[in-house]
Amino acid sequence: MIQAILVFNNHGKPRLVRFYQRFPEEIQQQIVRETFHLVLKRDDNICNFLEGGSLIGGSDYKLIYRHYATLYFVFCVDSSESELGILDLIQVFVETLDKCFENVCELDLIFHMDKCNCWVIDEASRRKKREAQRHQQVHYILQEVVMGGMVLETNMNEIVAQIEAQNRLEKSEGGLSAAPARAVSAVKNINLPEIPRNINIGDLNIKVPNLSQFV
Amino acid sequence: MVVPSLKLQDLIEEIRGARTQAQEREVIQKECAHIRASFRDGDPMLRHRQLTKLFYVHMLGYPAHFGQMECLKLIASSRFTDKRVGYLGAMLLLDERHEAHLLITNSIKNDLSQGIQPVQGLALCTLSTMGSAEMCRDLATEVEKLLLQPSPYVRKKAILTAVHMIRKVPELSNVFLPPCAKLLHERHHGKAVGLPILCFSSVDKRIENWMGTPAYRRRVAHTHRHTRSRLSCPWPPPFTSPTLTPGILLGTITLITELCERSPEALRHFRKVVPQLAQILRTLVTTGCSTEHSISGVSDPFLQVQILRLLRILGRNHEESSETMNDLLAQVATNTDTSRNAGNAVLFETVLTIMDIRSAAGLRVLAVNILGRFLHNSDRNIRYVALTSLLRLVQSDHSAVQRHRPTVVECLQETDASLSRRALELSLALVNGSNVRAMMQELQAFLESCPPDLRADCASGILLAAERFAPTKRWHIDTILHVLTTAGTHVRDDAVANLTQLIGGAQELHAYSVRRLYNALAEDISQQPLVQVAAWCIGEYGDLLLEGNFEEIEPLQVDEEEVLALLEKVLQSHMSLPATRGYALTALMKLSTRLRGDNNPIHQVVSMGLSFLPHPAVAHCHCHLHTTLAQPHPPGGVHLRELLGHGAAAAGCGV
Repeated sequence: MIQAILVFNNHGKPRLVRFYQRFPEEIQQQIVRETFHLVLKRDDNICNFLEGGSLIGGSDYKLIYRHYATLYFVFCVDSSESELGILDLIQVFVETLDKCFENVCELDLIFHMDKCNCWVIDEASRRKKREAQRHQQVHYILQEVVMGGMVLETNMNEIVAQIEAQNRLEKSEGGLSAAPARAVSAVKNINLPEIPRNINIGDLNIKVPNLSQFV
Repeated sequence: MVVPSLKLQDLIEEIRGARTQAQEREVIQKECAHIRASFRDGDPMLRHRQLTKLFYVHMLGYPAHFGQMECLKLIASSRFTDKRVGYLGAMLLLDERHEAHLLITNSIKNDLSQGIQPVQGLALCTLSTMGSAEMCRDLATEVEKLLLQPSPYVRKKAILTAVHMIRKVPELSNVFLPPCAKLLHERHHGKAVGLPILCFSSVDKRIENWMGTPAYRRRVAHTHRHTRSRLSCPWPPPFTSPTLTPGILLGTITLITELCERSPEALRHFRKVVPQLAQILRTLVTTGCSTEHSISGVSDPFLQVQILRLLRILGRNHEESSETMNDLLAQVATNTDTSRNAGNAVLFETVLTIMDIRSAAGLRVLAVNILGRFLHNSDRNIRYVALTSLLRLVQSDHSAVQRHRPTVVECLQETDASLSRRALELSLALVNGSNVRAMMQELQAFLESCPPDLRADCASGILLAAERFAPTKRWHIDTILHVLTTAGTHVRDDAVANLTQLIGGAQELHAYSVRRLYNALAEDISQQPLVQVAAWCIGEYGDLLLEGNFEEIEPLQVDEEEVLALLEKVLQSHMSLPATRGYALTALMKLSTRLRGDNNPIHQVVSMGLSFLPHPAVAHCHCHLHTTLAQPHPPGGVHLRELLGHGAAAAGCGV
């Protein structure tokens, strides 16, 4: 069983913290700090396995980690998991993140989430908006790989397809605020033909405005 | 003026801009106040955004419990956007200890039975992460229903949720065993139905293997006689049934493993499917098609590893099942490509399975040899796993592992702390009566140069092994002495008592011991356990020391002044602990009764030494002295008693 998955940067700042075993909050933070210190001491050319720290469970647990440029991905597992298998699993997770975002290391730069409400979306905000979704996205992606501390799915395409479907669903719910700028401004600038003031109901001759733009 | 609430990206920028912890705390506290306010009277449509900010600060370690109720509201909302964030919040912020956690049970129930697939997925994910025992009991039927419904996505999640539920509430095994059996049967059946049928006369040898036993093939052929057609392409991928994906299979195997580990009936039941499992594994190993689940050319290594684990459980202590697996395991062990990590993962599991079931002897030898080969692998991870695996086997297959002892000992020299720790554990486990001298040499050499965090384990390991396997008492004493000199500060507290007892019991070695200890003490008075034992020994056998008759060591004249000077040095040294000083004083007092010469020098040293001691130590010395002096003693003894009185008074305590 996987007890916890931690991602932090070279300075020990957490970027993703997910526990599959219940720990009180203070202990969770202590575990993150302790794990970081243990992992930081390791050179890059030694093995990827560390006996776990004292907090997270004693002799049956070990830390399996991989270091990618600015980020450490650490899985804390018990003896029922295959050590080499977990190394591959970390790779699957990272490659999936890579597929969903431009560059995994950029995750370290900005973890943002924002459904931008502004009417005018320029290039900078568009970039910010993309980056804005990352923090949550990493959680959602992880949920498709590991669930309840067990391996759920290892096929990258499958995982990415699911995430994209869910994101589309979210977008479609967003209403007007999620519409692209052009559509919005088109609506704002619409030139409705004049509606006649006097509607002669008697002969049911009602002039209806031309709504072809909306079709 | 109210500062407007920040967007998450701006909040993060501000947090990153904070130069001190206090600044960061300030920013976050301000924002949390906004978040709280917005929970109270803000726009419900934007609630999920406030919560995502809260997740971020929670990750950094700040309190976020006030978001718990908001999570519940979001989960109950009808929008997917809200549910997504709400369920994530439940997983991050809620757990069994919070009473609020039960409140989401109803929402989960509704979502499981009526939600669209992504929503069902979210609910299952949450349940499998933080579902408490009560929640699991309440929702077991809902999850059971989802196990056999058409959507593969929901099914694979439901299966893993079932595993979690069984862990929380073992009685639920009864609920999940029937659908589980059905799943595997369906998979088997699905293969028969979903595949194009081959013309058997022209079938490829590998396809033949894959299609299972001749009896099975006949059955399939009989069922689909009228739909036979010749295939022009290589065989189809193994899982063409629309309902059964590799994801589901992985989950199913995990569930079966959990069931078998918990209930003997499940174990008996699933032993019957060993042939099917073997079939699936064989397919994976022999297929040359790159499936979507392959990693580095190995087809779905995660599934292979999981199946091997299950086979291990099924074959353990069961001759019949083990026999069925022998060929397959041999095939996997020889056919797996070991150039990449994925293949090695599979190979290791195979080895462990071979060793754990009642496998053929030849197969066991093959397995241990594979491990031995891995010890020489250039990849450190492989060496680590090899050492770990050998450690697991050392109890059950001691002689097989012994064959690799030289390599294991070499691994002690690893610079990598994880590896050398493993090598140390394994080396200690490999010590036995016949190799103890050689192994101790290696281990003691290791002790001298090993990293500090391993020293204590190494020292106590050596002492334990010495106790169990010492060929002679003298060797034993030498070994302990060496450990005390090299790593005295890392030995356990009882080491001193053990050594004094050992020496005391070996009369023929008294002279030898006291001489060696005297020499050791003369060189170094910093290692406290050593000093204590040496002082004790000198006190007990000082007369033998001064006699100077040694059989095997070069004779050396040691006279009283030298001994006294040494003990005085110990008393005066700032490195000596009070207990050590106590030992030294006691030794001096004993010497005064045993030595023939003038006792005045001893008295002076004793009085000097007493002034060093805190009260409890003095009292202890006093007690001890009284016991010593109770025996018949030469005239010097009376003076000592007076002296002790003076010394105690000088130390400021009543005696």
